[in-house]
Amino acid sequence: MNRTLTRYAVPGAAFAALGIVVLALMAGAAIGETAIPFDVVAKTVANRLFGAAYALEPLDEGIVWSYRLSRAVVAACCGAALALSGTVLQALLRNPLADPYILGISAGASTGAVAVAILGIGAGLFTLPAGAFIGALVAFALVTLLAARAGRGNSAIILAGIAGSQLFNAMTSFIVTKAANAEQARGIMFWLLGNLSGIRWPDVWLALPAMLAGLGVCLWYARALDAFAFGAESAAALGIPVRRVYVVLIGTCAMMTAAMVSLVGSIGFIGLVIPHAARMLVGVRHGLLLPVAALVGAVFMIGADILSRIVVPGQVLPIGVITALFGAPAFALLLGQKGARP
Amino acid sequence: MRISAHDLAWSVGGISIVRDISLEIASGEFIGIIGPNGSGKSTLLSMLAGLRRPDGGAVTIDDVALATLSRRALAQKLAFVEQQAETTERMTARQVVELGRTPYLGPLSPWAAHDDAMVRNALENVDMADKAGRFWHSLSGGERQRLHIARALAQEPRLLLLDEPTNHLDIGHQIGLLDLVRRQGLTVIAALHDLNHAAMFCDRIAVLDRGRLVAIGTPADVLTPDCIRAVFGVEAAVSADEVGRCHIRFLPPSHPIKDRHDNQNRFPDDSRLPAAERSGAGRDLRGEDAQSWGEGNDGVRARLSRT
Repeated sequence: MNRTLTRYAVPGAAFAALGIVVLALMAGAAIGETAIPFDVVAKTVANRLFGAAYALEPLDEGIVWSYRLSRAVVAACCGAALALSGTVLQALLRNPLADPYILGISAGASTGAVAVAILGIGAGLFTLPAGAFIGALVAFALVTLLAARAGRGNSAIILAGIAGSQLFNAMTSFIVTKAANAEQARGIMFWLLGNLSGIRWPDVWLALPAMLAGLGVCLWYARALDAFAFGAESAAALGIPVRRVYVVLIGTCAMMTAAMVSLVGSIGFIGLVIPHAARMLVGVRHGLLLPVAALVGAVFMIGADILSRIVVPGQVLPIGVITALFGAPAFALLLGQKGARP
Repeated sequence: MRISAHDLAWSVGGISIVRDISLEIASGEFIGIIGPNGSGKSTLLSMLAGLRRPDGGAVTIDDVALATLSRRALAQKLAFVEQQAETTERMTARQVVELGRTPYLGPLSPWAAHDDAMVRNALENVDMADKAGRFWHSLSGGERQRLHIARALAQEPRLLLLDEPTNHLDIGHQIGLLDLVRRQGLTVIAALHDLNHAAMFCDRIAVLDRGRLVAIGTPADVLTPDCIRAVFGVEAAVSADEVGRCHIRFLPPSHPIKDRHDNQNRFPDDSRLPAAERSGAGRDLRGEDAQSWGEGNDGVRARLSRT
C-alpha cells in the first residue's frame, strides 16, 4: 500500500466527515416550518461562537440557535451513538440482529429514567441519565442471563431481548400509570416514542461528551472487535482479553444508549440498520467501520428529525415513527439478502 | 519451544472431563492426540492453548507458567486453530489472514510493512495467494481451513495447536493440510480423528480415553491392535511398511458377519418368502451375497491369524 497516501488519507477522510456533519447540521437548522436561509444560519453561528456582529432578525437567530441547532447536534450525537452501539453489539454477539433497542437496553434505560423521574428513586443521588444507565445495565444483564438459560444459538439472545423489552416497557407503563399525574404521563408517553422537542443547549453537554467518549472507547478496541469475526474463542486465541473487552464495550454501549434515551427517549432501527449500511459502504474492518457508522447514523438522524418536523404541517411527529418508517423496510431488505446468501 | 503439562485436570458440574494428564513435548515435535469422541481431546488442547484455565495442574512453556503470561504475549508464542471456525462477515481471504497480526498490533501501533510481508508469506505458504481477494463465503472447506492455518502462521508462532483440523475435508485435502502443517517445522499438537493420518505425520501419539492419558509414544509403539480395541472398541490389523510406518486396517465387527450367515437359513421354507423373493433371480442374488461375505470373513480370519 502507498504509505504517503495512507498518511494523508486519515486526516483527509476525517476532514470530509466533519464537513458532511457540518452541512447536515446546517440543513437541520435551516429547514423547518419556517425556512431560514443558509447564510442566516452561518451568520448566527458566527455571532454566537466567534463573536461576529452580523445584524440578524432576533427571531430567526433565536430559532436557529436556541431551538434548531441544539436539536440537530443532539440528533447527530444520538444517531452516532446508537449506530456505534449497534455496530459493537453485532460484532461482540456475532449477531446481525443485535442492537440496543431489540436487546431491551433502550427499554431498560427508559424504565430507569422513569423510575428516577417519577418515583424519585435515589433522589438527589441519581440523576436521570444515571438512572437510565443503571436501567440499561440491569436490562442487558437480565437479557443475557435469560439467553444463557435458553441455550446458546443466535436466536436465543434476540428472543430474550424481546422478552426483556416487553417486561421493561410494561414496568415503565406501570410506573407511569401508578405514580405520574396526567401532565407527567402525557409528557412521558411522548418522550417514550422518541422526541427531540424539548432539547436545548444544556442537553448537548450530555449528548456530545457521551457520544465522543463512546466513539473513542470503541475505536480503541477496533482491532479487538475485528478479532471477534470467528467468535470469542478465536478472539481469545488471537490475544484478546475477551472478558475485559466484553465488560468495557457493553458498558460503553449501555452508557451511550442510556445518555440518549434519557434525552430523547428510545429510538429503534438506527442501531440495527445503520451498521449494515455502513458495512456495505466500507467493509468489515472496525477501524473504518465505526467512524463511518457514526457518521451515517448522525446524518440519518438529523434527516429523520428534519422530516419529523415538516411531514405533517404544524405538527411534530415522534422521531421514532420516522426511523421505523425507513428502518423497517430497510430491515426487511436486509433479511431477504441474508437469506439469499449461501 | 518446549511445552509441558503437569497433572492437568478439568471438570464441569462435578463430572471430570480431563484428569491426571502430564505431557512433555520437545521443540519441533509433531504430537497427535487421539481418542474417542468425548475423551477430552478438545478440553486438553484448549488448556494447552491457555484458553481454558485448568482446575488442577499447570502448563509451562519453556519453563514459564502459562498462567503468568498475558493473552497477548501468549498469542505471539502459540497459535490455535479451532474446529471449523466460521464467520458470516463479508471478509476477504486476506482479511482473515490479517487477523493473525492482532497480537502484534495495538490501538496506537499501526499496520506496518512487516505485517504486510507476514500476511503475504502466510498466504503463499498455504497456496492461497491467488485467492487473497476472494470472499470467505465463496471458498471451499479446504480453502477455508488452509486460511485458518495461514492466519495462525501470520501470528509467527513457535507452537501450533490444531483441533481436528481435517474434519469435513476430502482425503486429498486432509493429507495436504497435515503435510502443510508438518512442513512448517513448528512444534505441533494436533487432535486427530484418523489413526492412519496420525501414524503418517506424528512423531509421537498421545491416546486419551475418558479424560485420561492411557498411552504416549511413537506410532508403532502406541497403535497396537490391543490399544485400538481397548480405547475405540474396534478390531484392527496393524502392519508396518518398508520404512517402518504403521498402517491400520479396521476390521468389520464380527457379529454382523455372523448375521449374514444366518440369513442363508433364515427362511428354510421358500413358501414363507414373498413371491418376488421366491423367483430364481432372488435366490441367486442371495447366494452370491452370502458367498462374497463368506470369503471376506475367511480373509479377515487369515489376517487375524497372521497378526
